[in-house]
Amino acid sequence: METRDLYQDIILDHGRKPRNFHAMEHPSHFAHGHNPLCGDRITIYLELADGRVKDVSFEGRGCAISTASASLMTEVLKGKTLAEADALFKAFHAEVMGTEIPPVPEPLQDDFERLAPLEGVKAYPARVKCATLAWHAFETALKSGAVGATVKTE
Amino acid sequence: MSVAAKSGARAGFDPRAVKRDFPIFTNNPGVVFLDSAASAQKPASVIDRVSDFYRHDYANVHRGVYRLSVKSSELYENARDRAAKFLNAADPSEIIFVRGATEGINLVVYSWGAANLKAGDEVLITELEHHANIVPWQILRDRIGFTLKVAPIDATGGIDMAVLESLIGPKTKMVAVTQLANATGALVPVEAIIRLAHAKGALALIDGCQAAPRMMVDVQALDCDFYVFSGHKMYGPTGIGVLYGKRALLQEMPPWQGGGDMILNVTFEKTTFQEPPARFEAGTPDISGAIGLATALDYIDALGRDAIAAHEAELTEYGIGVLSRMPGVKLVPAGQRRFGILSFGVDGVHPHDLATILDQHSVAVRAGHHCAQPLMDKLNLAATTRASFGVYNDERDIDSLAAAIKAAQVMFAD
Repeated sequence: METRDLYQDIILDHGRKPRNFHAMEHPSHFAHGHNPLCGDRITIYLELADGRVKDVSFEGRGCAISTASASLMTEVLKGKTLAEADALFKAFHAEVMGTEIPPVPEPLQDDFERLAPLEGVKAYPARVKCATLAWHAFETALKSGAVGATVKTE
Repeated sequence: MSVAAKSGARAGFDPRAVKRDFPIFTNNPGVVFLDSAASAQKPASVIDRVSDFYRHDYANVHRGVYRLSVKSSELYENARDRAAKFLNAADPSEIIFVRGATEGINLVVYSWGAANLKAGDEVLITELEHHANIVPWQILRDRIGFTLKVAPIDATGGIDMAVLESLIGPKTKMVAVTQLANATGALVPVEAIIRLAHAKGALALIDGCQAAPRMMVDVQALDCDFYVFSGHKMYGPTGIGVLYGKRALLQEMPPWQGGGDMILNVTFEKTTFQEPPARFEAGTPDISGAIGLATALDYIDALGRDAIAAHEAELTEYGIGVLSRMPGVKLVPAGQRRFGILSFGVDGVHPHDLATILDQHSVAVRAGHHCAQPLMDKLNLAATTRASFGVYNDERDIDSLAAAIKAAQVMFAD
């Protein structure tokens, strides 16, 4: 495994110039993600309507992997139903953990492909948490609503 | 004892020869190990000593009348003598074997602290402390209600001595401070701090985790009341460490853990306790760890502690020179004297990304908050990358570090 396989251009690009990187003034849901091991902090903001992710954004500071993962996550989650978002999370989580990937429904396959550049982290067990921090925060935001909550990964 | 250690006793030592004493480097050729502040590697003499002890002399200590137990007890107590000599303690009974510096500090907090601190009292620590010298005090503070004060660093990253002095008053009962900050490498003038504490009637505890492997430590000359270090940072086994305490203090301190070996007599109504150090070593101790530690202390002294200190200082100076000449690399402020540890940041590269890329170049460093989150917050850093030195490092390791940093900079360049 070469470092270049982990730090592909798309990761470096999203790490440098994250998309949807801003706070949301009145999110319907939000949560903080914190990796106490490395100090990375991220806040995920959601606007849910009719069971769909109408808008999603994030802010915070972290390594290239966690920033790029959050950025790519916001891109694929926009417009998804909660069931679709959950299916993507489960598949992505399995991919970076190196476990068996559950079948991805046909309409989600393009989105799952867009997350593929992060697959390289599975060769770096110490970095898997970086790639999943935003997703865990997303999941926590869904549960905590507009009250907010903090999820810690370590 | 190894060839390298023997020749080192005469005039300095050759780190390349020293490296051959450490089997990890034979088994992992090419590894550039710059994380001794987290844990040092082990020389063959320590590994063999632990193994030989289990093969030839092992039995529980202090219990059996049979010869193996007598032998094992003797070796364990010899290890205590060895640690006492290493620190120049007045008496071996001032050496308590613990799991590591963390447990040593916890022992002081829960035994001395719980018995002597009350609401209104003050304990002073500094912003440079490792979590191990913060959190135990906080836990007891929340139970008892004393005040935990924190001496700040100044703009240079060293302890602001004037402020520290002003924070020691008649209510101060303890000043607990690191001798060498693990997160930044700042060397702390503990001699002066101990004098200031004593002048106001406070005790002084020194966290020697990073200093003890790198320089001469004489607890009588320092006149500290407690001193702790971890064996695994001293080229010794994990799971063993030392708490030194002045005998008069230890004798007045209540036990902190109850069990076997620490009692004189037990009835269901009343138990009487042993004198120190046994009073503080409940249960079967880490016998092989203590014996391995004694061998590690032999190894350090064979190289010579002045020679080690000179070696670490040379590497530190060389590292400062190399890193400060690199564009985009910034050393974290570390006061008047930086020693054995280089903590730095690289513009545009997060420490964790940097550490991963360095690892691809076989350079092992620590990235993160180094168990010193309050200090990181003060420095307004989420994390840093830390390179720390041991007796087996030489200038080439720093050159490898610099080359790997450059590769990371190229990868992350806009």
